[in-house]
Amino acid sequence: MTLRYTALDQVHRALGATMTDFAGWDMPLRYGSEREEHNAVRTRAGLFDLSHMGEIAVTGPQAGELLDHALVGFVSALAVNKARYTMICAADGGILDDLIVYRTGGTEFLVVANASNAQLVLDELTARAEGFDAEVRDDRDAYALIAIQGPEATAILAPLTDADLPALKYYTSLPATVAGRPALLARTGYTGEDGFELFVAPGDAEPLWNALSEAGAAKGLVPCGLSCRDTLRLEAGMPLYGHELSTELTPFDAGLGRVVRFDKTTNGGAFVGREALEKAAELAATHPPRVRVGLVSPGRRVPRAGMPVVSGDGTVIGSITSGAPSPTLGKPIAMAYVDAAHAAPGTAVAVDVRSTHEPVEVVELPFYTRAR
Amino acid sequence: MSNPQHLTYSKEHEWLTAVEDGVATVGITAFAADALGDVVYVQLPEVGQTVSAGETCGELESTKSVSDLYSPATGEVVEANQAVVDDPALVNSAPFAEGWLFKIRLDGTPEGLLTADEYSAHTGA
Repeated sequence: MTLRYTALDQVHRALGATMTDFAGWDMPLRYGSEREEHNAVRTRAGLFDLSHMGEIAVTGPQAGELLDHALVGFVSALAVNKARYTMICAADGGILDDLIVYRTGGTEFLVVANASNAQLVLDELTARAEGFDAEVRDDRDAYALIAIQGPEATAILAPLTDADLPALKYYTSLPATVAGRPALLARTGYTGEDGFELFVAPGDAEPLWNALSEAGAAKGLVPCGLSCRDTLRLEAGMPLYGHELSTELTPFDAGLGRVVRFDKTTNGGAFVGREALEKAAELAATHPPRVRVGLVSPGRRVPRAGMPVVSGDGTVIGSITSGAPSPTLGKPIAMAYVDAAHAAPGTAVAVDVRSTHEPVEVVELPFYTRAR
Repeated sequence: MSNPQHLTYSKEHEWLTAVEDGVATVGITAFAADALGDVVYVQLPEVGQTVSAGETCGELESTKSVSDLYSPATGEVVEANQAVVDDPALVNSAPFAEGWLFKIRLDGTPEGLLTADEYSAHTGA
């Protein structure tokens, strides 16, 4: 498969980025030190190219009803300009992808899928649209996506836009002009910090990136790669598809049952996966199989995805899904699925790190919450 | 960063100094350190341990991954760099200097190592 390049590819190369193949896209992994990039987002601001994300437009008189049928959320209940974190599940309840849906108009929605699942989500939405008066459109090539994240994001963005940023609440979006270019400006992100995501025409991406870089330079804004995005979302306890989420798990298995809206009233309450998810909800409430937890290590060796979690007597009781040295906490952290009997915060377990058992403690997620 | 001419190099990206009183110093190259990203944990061979050329003798852990450390030569470890254990970032900031890893008393003459120019060609630099 040939790699795809974002509209900002030449910018990344000029900045000397280390590039990586991510879901078929050649993406910046880091520009310099990923820890410094991470710390910049926590304390100042970081600029990300997220153009690999998959945008799908859903429009038409029954666009909301279609999404209520196709997704687990109550999408038609969203007010215009509101956004919601949701999921698309298979009929057996397994998670096909996690999504953010923006209501961009009365009959218009923008669904943003993970790059690795974008084609699947597009195909599923198209298939599930049968019988609805709605259109599903592949808009992946219509947008570049730039994120500015961190406590200084608002101060950096404000002079460049006509948008009323203080009025733009978390998980809302607004058509705006930024540095003279049209953008769908959304107060969303995947870092645990305040910040914005800008959906823009690919041809506008480079001038916008440059305008944000210049405006942010004095406030310590730095370009940030996918490496620090991963440690930022891990500290914030946010799941990543392919790690914490998969077709083998339902939203309830993942501890995210809140995204499943059994109370939706459209389509007579029916939606894809409903029956399976009702059973999964009951199982999770009565005797959950495994529970998603946080782990913190007092040592220096890092639990990594796939490593077994073991109890005191060496019995395998779970598996690591993501792990990294946490720049903010200064020690290794991980997310894992463990047997419910070992899931209480404070429980001492261990991780089999290349055949040595490193002691770790179960903690509440997230590892990090920003001060508000 | 260019590879210093006075060192020899393994294809596994370790460097070795010239031998002085039978002892040589080992580290990893700037190319390797850059490929790893920020190093957060270094496990070095212990003093007194015998290491063999081309075999693993420790590990280097970075934000994204863990990599085996190979010895570029055979011999007995006579010193491990405690400074780099305490501050693994030295591997990134000064891979050819303060970020050295261990010293070995060589058993024979190292074989199969590359000159700086050969190593640069090997890494495509």
